Amino acid sequence: MATRLLASKLREIYSSSRGCPTRFRALSTAAAAVARAEPSPLQQEQYEDTEGINMKGVKISGRPLYLDVQATTPIDPKVLDAMLPFYLSRYGNPHSRTHLYGWESDLAVEKARAQVAALINASPKEIVFTSGATESNNISVKGIMHFYKDKKRHVITTQTEHKCVLDSCRHLQQEGFDVTYLPVGSDGIIDLDRLRSAIRPDTGLVSVMTVNNEIGVIQPMEEIGQICKERNVPFHTDAAQALGKIPLDVERMNVSLMSLSGHKIYGPKGVGALYMRRRPRIRVEPQMNGGGQERGIRSGTVPTPLVVGMGAACEVAMKEMEYDDKRISALQRRLLDGINAKLDGVVVNGSSERRYAGNLNLSFAYVEGESLLMGLKEVAVSSGSACTSASLEPSYVLRALGVEEDMAHTSIRYGIGRFTTEAEIDRAVELTVRQVEKLREMSPLYEMVKEGIDIKSIQWAQH
Amino acid sequence: MIRAGCRKFLGLVPQKNNQAPVLVRLYHERVVDHYNNPRNVGSFDKNDPTVGTGLVGAPACGDVMKLQIKVDEQTGKIVDACFKTFGCGSAIASSSVATEWVKGKQMEEVLTIKNTQIAKHLSLPPVKLHCSMLAEDAIKAAIKDYEAKRGQSGENGAPIEKAADA
Repeated sequence: MATRLLASKLREIYSSSRGCPTRFRALSTAAAAVARAEPSPLQQEQYEDTEGINMKGVKISGRPLYLDVQATTPIDPKVLDAMLPFYLSRYGNPHSRTHLYGWESDLAVEKARAQVAALINASPKEIVFTSGATESNNISVKGIMHFYKDKKRHVITTQTEHKCVLDSCRHLQQEGFDVTYLPVGSDGIIDLDRLRSAIRPDTGLVSVMTVNNEIGVIQPMEEIGQICKERNVPFHTDAAQALGKIPLDVERMNVSLMSLSGHKIYGPKGVGALYMRRRPRIRVEPQMNGGGQERGIRSGTVPTPLVVGMGAACEVAMKEMEYDDKRISALQRRLLDGINAKLDGVVVNGSSERRYAGNLNLSFAYVEGESLLMGLKEVAVSSGSACTSASLEPSYVLRALGVEEDMAHTSIRYGIGRFTTEAEIDRAVELTVRQVEKLREMSPLYEMVKEGIDIKSIQWAQH
Repeated sequence: MIRAGCRKFLGLVPQKNNQAPVLVRLYHERVVDHYNNPRNVGSFDKNDPTVGTGLVGAPACGDVMKLQIKVDEQTGKIVDACFKTFGCGSAIASSSVATEWVKGKQMEEVLTIKNTQIAKHLSLPPVKLHCSMLAEDAIKAAIKDYEAKRGQSGENGAPIEKAADA
């Protein structure tokens, strides 16, 4: 009797399929389950609607102004145009040697390689494509030291390097290598004499980033390159933030290894490159083993669309560098003047002379960074303060600069890019000033300063 | 009954959408509310004998709270409270909530306010629990300061520049 009922129900379902497709699909496969599933809360339509955006407890009326170009950049439409054919019609694997799809893909990769090389005055044969600057840094630091591990046991780097370089060095330390972390001055620039004295006969690598991602200072690359050349030590630099923004020349800077990133120069995310000098030849141990692609340095299928995107981005950057630089410098001045006109107690972190214009890291005295960010929800910026990291420690870069602990908690990093407009800068200034004033009203430290008490003389109760 | 069983088996019963909310809320609405509309921001006169001031925290940790209470000498009841905070949104919200809760209560009653209650009210994530701890310390420090002032009746209150230890 049960089977008869079951059979009749099944017949009902199959016959009335048009009326209730969901019921019909209940009997079929996973593909149908996807069609049937209601949109999950993760989908875009849930938090963006005509009234504004509601996400993570915050309600704002539209998308925020983007002033965080050091974190990532929007893709330039010209770059996207160059990439699309390689997703839709010319989708071959560049390592397929036997048919047109592979040949045209390979041609595109080689063209992109030449475009990247042209931006740094290198030969295309010296460029290896990777998944990003982090991977390039890993190959440079760990790869070179593992290759020369019998003779060279010492690495020199700075305290303000990117986390991936510092973590690779820590990994090397655990393996038994020696690492020297050079301190920086209060302007963020390393001391060349200290570098000279730190070099030992068994130093295998000096790694100094060209433009710092947090504070934007530019290190004296030519001088460091000269020192490394004299002492015959390979010189690696993380140029992810510098590529396409300041003129780079591997010959002038005497660089042996250079890490490059795609998504910091208005290119796609997920791609980067590594420059490896051929004369004198630099050898590294590969970190990705496999079919021997990219001269055996980095195995794995080269992602043609991403690489084409990076090449196109480099070409655009070469053409636009001068114009962008002028425009961004003017916008930076506008931002700084706008804020200084209305607020006091504003400090620029890092050297004012040797800095990249598109990175402005400001500390607002007596105001805490995370609370300022909470009020700046309509502007996308980032902060070096502790609360934005998981621990209670402020950013290690600011600490290396010698910034006082209470000021390190208050820093905000403004990034200005190719697509930033004057209206955005003005609005950012207005919002910042308003929030800082409101928070200073609430701040006991500001009150004490106004009364004339010296904050440094107070004994605080620590936890 | 068999019919019902068949229906369920064939998935014909409308499934209730019991997907748990996946978006992790970083800031509870109450925290954002206290941040945008903070209650009781301000200052009383430190030298007023009916005012107790608690100053806790350290700029090095990124959190400083100053909580002041005005106490009615006869009844021992807290008639007014205000605060000033240098700290993140959770710290501001914690101290704002603390001032709201102490108003109109007896001093002894207020000492029983625990940081876990503040944290629960604001749904603070584990990494922000120290903000509620600091708020609890600030309340205790304010009470202690007031008592100290009353103890030294006639003299000036204990020097406020030295932060109270919790």
